[in-house]
Amino acid sequence: MEELTFAQALANLSDLAPEIGQASLETGLMLGIGLTAAILLGGPLGILLYLTQPGQLFAHRTVNGVLGWLVNLVRSFPFIILMVSLVPLTRVLVGSTIGPIAAAVPLSFAAIPYFARLVEQTLREIPRGVVEAAEAMGASPAQIIVKVLINEARAGLISSLTILTISFLSYSAVAGVVGGGGIGDLAIRYGYYRFQSEVMIAMVLLLVVIVQLIQFAGNRLAARLDKR
Amino acid sequence: MIHLKNVHKRFQKPEGGWFDAVRDTSLHVRAGEIFGLIGFSGAGKSTLLRLINLLERPDSGSVTVDGQPLTALSASALRRARQNIGMVFQQFNLMANRTVAANIAFPLEIAGWQQADIDARVAECLDIVGLADRAQHYPAQLSGGQKQRVGIARALAPRPHVILADEPTSALDPKTTQSILDCLQDINARFGVTVVIVTHEMHVIRSICHRAALLDAGEVVEILSVQDKQVSAQSALAKSLLEVA
Ligand SMILES: Nc1ncnc2c1ncn2[C@@H]1O[C@H](COP(=O)(O)OP(=O)(O)OP(=O)(O)O)[C@@H](O)[C@H]1O
Ligand SMILES: [Mg+2]
Repeated sequence: MEELTFAQALANLSDLAPEIGQASLETGLMLGIGLTAAILLGGPLGILLYLTQPGQLFAHRTVNGVLGWLVNLVRSFPFIILMVSLVPLTRVLVGSTIGPIAAAVPLSFAAIPYFARLVEQTLREIPRGVVEAAEAMGASPAQIIVKVLINEARAGLISSLTILTISFLSYSAVAGVVGGGGIGDLAIRYGYYRFQSEVMIAMVLLLVVIVQLIQFAGNRLAARLDKR
Repeated sequence: MIHLKNVHKRFQKPEGGWFDAVRDTSLHVRAGEIFGLIGFSGAGKSTLLRLINLLERPDSGSVTVDGQPLTALSASALRRARQNIGMVFQQFNLMANRTVAANIAFPLEIAGWQQADIDARVAECLDIVGLADRAQHYPAQLSGGQKQRVGIARALAPRPHVILADEPTSALDPKTTQSILDCLQDINARFGVTVVIVTHEMHVIRSICHRAALLDAGEVVEILSVQDKQVSAQSALAKSLLEVA
């Protein structure tokens, strides 16, 4: 293998700039869809898991048991196996099994129960007495969920979302390699198959920076929202 | 004002079997009075108090508050009835992410008040409990006594006819205790709100109550009456409590 100068490496990377931009967009798309699904479906699922626990507003042993079992079931699949198992469903939903939108299907599937558990854990930290005070004042279940549970847990929910985002940035790289595109896929195609180590290093650095930024922003926002 | 008729409440014990926390008890609290519930730990004071606003639903018997048969109401009618019954807690139970003003506004928001009315009423209640300068603070920035004042202001905000207080001073030092008791007495005198207060201290009964029920093992042993800060009692249990105090 010939010696690669630093200047040459930079030149190679700048040639790849359009592809790097494209890959970043694809990663953003996969994450965006996965996180949206997690918030819209996993959030309510987590609230339901919490509310059906013994001693809570809608305590119901059977519902809680079934939901918990389903969540555990999906969460016990290694992500790569979940992806492969969902290929038929992805084909039906998206009409294709490659590209970031197709990859977002298994990502969403994994993100929903993951976020549901995080939400459930976060809500458990709210003192029961605070919810009871709202009940005693005549608050409806909807008012309790929005004005008490979500508002009191808001800092923890942001932290949960931060954890989810960072985990799924890494999952999205796996999904990308199996035909989804994105930063991970680019790193593998150039850095691994074409032995362009500079691409691999640059992509890993990019991911490191993104993770640090997400964590920083998440911490800042959570701290600002937390008045406890 | 408050009629409990033959209310009975049992809880399932963790090890199996049942525990009768309140046994077939009847009680009448008159409009405008400060009524105490006193007894040793585990006597069923809190359970009896929570039966009044149906935080605990009785297994049998009926609860009527301000002419409303709570035990016969639908869920939404019960919610509306509860807006007429304020509650104050030993652990305050304020919302940590809401300011003092927003905590007091909460019962008004859920009752569907207009924003302008809410603001005016919150300011009024802050004045009543002497916390006007703390409106924009968060509960974490307050002392225990101040938190309980917020709790009282929150209970008072929707102009309820009844306030239920479960050991509102047990987490506070003696001096703060007295100021909170004075605050409750002041509210009772000025607005005619009926107050039911749970305590295990005869001092609280003597200091602000008109009458009190002495509870033991889920039953009312005696109704005590208070005259000029003197408690008159017949039962041996009441006399022993008076000696301790
Ligand atoms: N949700 C519950 N589940 C099971 N047992 C309960 C429950 N709530 C109360 N009990 C039991 O009922 C009895 C009466 O409880 P309660 O809280 O009414 O007593 P209390 O007089 O308020 O006592 P304390 O002074 O300690 O607050 C206790 O033995 C308690 O363990
Ligand atoms: Mg108690």
